[in-house]
Amino acid sequence: MSDKTVDRVAAATPAPVARKIKGLSDRAIAWIFVAPTIFLLLAINIFPLIWTIRLSFTNYKANRINREPEFIGLRNYERILTDSDIWLNMQATAHFLFWTIFFQVLIGFTLAWLINKKFKGNDLWTTIIVLPMMLSPAVVGNFWKFLYQPQIGLFNYIVGFFTGKDPSSFEMLGSVNLAPWSIVIVDTWMWTPFVMLICLAGLRSIPDYIYEAAEIDRASKIRQFFTITIPMVLPFLMLAVLFRGIENFKMFDLVVQLTGGGPGSTTELTSINLKREAFEKWRTGYASAYAIILFVTVFGLASIYVKALNKVKER
Amino acid sequence: MSNFVNGLLRFRRGPWEMLATIIIALGVFMLMQPFVIWAFTYSFITTLVGTVMFIIVSHFPEDD
Repeated sequence: MSDKTVDRVAAATPAPVARKIKGLSDRAIAWIFVAPTIFLLLAINIFPLIWTIRLSFTNYKANRINREPEFIGLRNYERILTDSDIWLNMQATAHFLFWTIFFQVLIGFTLAWLINKKFKGNDLWTTIIVLPMMLSPAVVGNFWKFLYQPQIGLFNYIVGFFTGKDPSSFEMLGSVNLAPWSIVIVDTWMWTPFVMLICLAGLRSIPDYIYEAAEIDRASKIRQFFTITIPMVLPFLMLAVLFRGIENFKMFDLVVQLTGGGPGSTTELTSINLKREAFEKWRTGYASAYAIILFVTVFGLASIYVKALNKVKER
Repeated sequence: MSNFVNGLLRFRRGPWEMLATIIIALGVFMLMQPFVIWAFTYSFITTLVGTVMFIIVSHFPEDD
């Protein structure tokens, strides 16, 4: 069967191409196949990265293309890393990162643990829970903007119903104190299912005989949970934390749709600030240095992520 | 602890990767902490050192 396929492929190869590749080694043919991908990778990823590094040492402005950029050494990096406003943006990002990961892990693990129990309608509930992460962030942003409306929003109405507060007395997106929490709530709503799925994979990878052995040893359910379930799921949880950490560090679309970085700059995450520096203030050199700082941070986190992934694979 | 130090002295991958990971995590923490601005200032160089170190030490030989 395979011989026939090979013969058919050989017969279908145009004569000029067949003449050209005749006599080429396997290694050379492999290079011919891989070369377009390598070329695209160099053109789309590596070249822009090197160019950004170069620009980060200059005072280049993309809206003044006729002006020759001056080499200013590490001044852009020095400015960024001593700027208290950028430090505040980093803190806003840290607040967003910490609380989204905390809630997503807590709720995601609990949901996975519940879904892992065998009950009727188990698959249907899994599908329903997973729905939010299938939506586009732009849609979710707009959708929650309506839910947060003080006059007609369902969110304010529910909070008012349970706390006895007037629903129009507070504004989630317009308040300096509440706006950072409003983006945490939406991201948690959207991405908890993702953490749940990873935890579920972890829970389902635990063989039943371990629990059976624990039962024979008369270990209580709580003991089983803390000495079997948690340690076995931990690498998966770590993976989920790193994955969400890297993703949320780059968060842009959802927050732009919801608050646009406001009120003031309370929800201005680093990626939003970077976009403003690059495409509103047109400080391209400065924004390039800013992008490199974020890139190194994400790259560092990604290295830890790969290490965690290898640990999971070893299991 | 002594295994960790021995691994470092013998240039083994595991302990060196662990050290690089700690440096990266420290750099990320320094970048985002709300306490002192000097830590924010030196966060980038810390993360960069950790990341470059991670790339280099991941080519070290595995533990025996």
